[in-house]
Amino acid sequence: MHLDHSPHGPAALSADARRPDGSRRALRVGLGGPVGSGKTATVAALCRALRDRLSLAVVTNDIYTREDAEFLLREAVLPPERITAVETGACPHTAIRDDISANLEAVEDLEDEVGPLDLILVESGGDNLTATFSKGLVDAQIFVIDVAGGDDIPRKGGPGVTTADLLVVNKTDLAPYVGSDLARMAADAKAQRAGLPVVFQSLRSESGVADVAGWVRARLAAWTA
Amino acid sequence: MTRAALLVLADGRFPAGGHAHSGGAEAAVKAGRITGAADLEAFCRGRLHTAGLVAAALAAAAAAGADPAGLDVAADARTPSPALRTTSRRLGRQLMRAARATWPDGELDAVARRFPKGAHQPVVLGLAARAAGLGPTDAAYCAVYESVGGPATAVVRLLSLDPFEATAVLARLAPELDRVADRAVTSATAVRTEGVDVLPAASAPLLEIGAEVHAAWPVRLFAS
Ligand SMILES: Nc1nc2c(ncn2[C@@H]2O[C@H](COP(=O)(O)OP(=O)(O)OP(=O)(O)O)[C@@H](O)[C@H]2O)c(=O)[nH]1
Ligand SMILES: [Mg+2]
Repeated sequence: MHLDHSPHGPAALSADARRPDGSRRALRVGLGGPVGSGKTATVAALCRALRDRLSLAVVTNDIYTREDAEFLLREAVLPPERITAVETGACPHTAIRDDISANLEAVEDLEDEVGPLDLILVESGGDNLTATFSKGLVDAQIFVIDVAGGDDIPRKGGPGVTTADLLVVNKTDLAPYVGSDLARMAADAKAQRAGLPVVFQSLRSESGVADVAGWVRARLAAWTA
Repeated sequence: MTRAALLVLADGRFPAGGHAHSGGAEAAVKAGRITGAADLEAFCRGRLHTAGLVAAALAAAAAAGADPAGLDVAADARTPSPALRTTSRRLGRQLMRAARATWPDGELDAVARRFPKGAHQPVVLGLAARAAGLGPTDAAYCAVYESVGGPATAVVRLLSLDPFEATAVLARLAPELDRVADRAVTSATAVRTEGVDVLPAASAPLLEIGAEVHAAWPVRLFAS
């Protein structure tokens, strides 16, 4: 939608690539996935890995509390003015897919108030396997599952697992303890995703979030090209 | 002008941010004032005749072409709770985005530019109705329906209330919605000659107090 791009035009509508003043807006990456799979931990690790080179901000969608935002604040991964919490009225997937108004407002306000920004990470409240982000809100989405939630999740599929731009299988360090078969998860994910990338990671390991950070950098390079 | 546009605007799925708000129902549930369908009906009736009536009159006046800035001031004056004023502007901003994307319109753009952080929601609702080719009565109906539909949906989630019971509450209130919409349109029509002071200023002190208390909770499901 490109209704008005004059410097004093009204705010953008949704996925407009340019801000009202004509400058390119930040790349928006959504992180979704089941409760406790490691979305906030991945966001925190991404901030630490990318903040020296890039101007970042985070939007959290907590379901009931402000825990995710507070965790990020406590860990001081970014200055507080770069972290915004959106309230979702008991329905986390509605706020990222069916009615994205509050999240759009949050990303635009961040860009206005602390911008210019290169990258905004939007974390969804923990939800089910059907939760995906609207293309009106984010440019790319990461679906985070973990090995402890059951190694049959990639086989079950669902929109998050099959269509996310990146599937992250987190907590691989726990696989031996919960009896998850990583090779099987990898094969199932490959079969479900028609060539889309999959990363297996443990945030407790040395390499941590490196692969996901590399993927984000590549998306950013494509966005700004 | 198309009648079906009214259905688009009034649809609870119209993506204007309302789903995250309970219209005061979360505070009332927590305080034990809503425990089932009968209380929900009483709560909705109270909201309809106070906040609902005021919102409907503002929306109808905006749809009739009254000056949005004047109506916005009138809305401020009729909303004592700062938390509710913030909520109303936030929802107004969200509705503005959805309306501009749905019914591109120069008047909407102008108000969006003038109120970058949002005009009051009922005012934007009236302008959205106008942009959709609808009239003051339609705008008033959207507002009165919203004033009871929002809490009813929220209570289904908050109390796991049977959704059929919640919908039956709305159906029972329908004749009252008609009457309140009528009153709202009558006063909105008088704005042209008598100014915004003629608009109703019914208030619900418990809703206002509840909104302030709710805004201070550290943990809650709904934004308001
Ligand atoms: N062992 C292990 N634990 C992890 C890993 N990543 C995250 N965790 C832990 O898993 C728990 C949940 O992580 P979060 O990042 O809060 O999960 P989330 O997906 O944001 O959770 P919700 O927002 O509540 O849905 C925390 O205790 C993390 O420390 C990992 O790679 N290995
Ligand atoms: Mg989290």
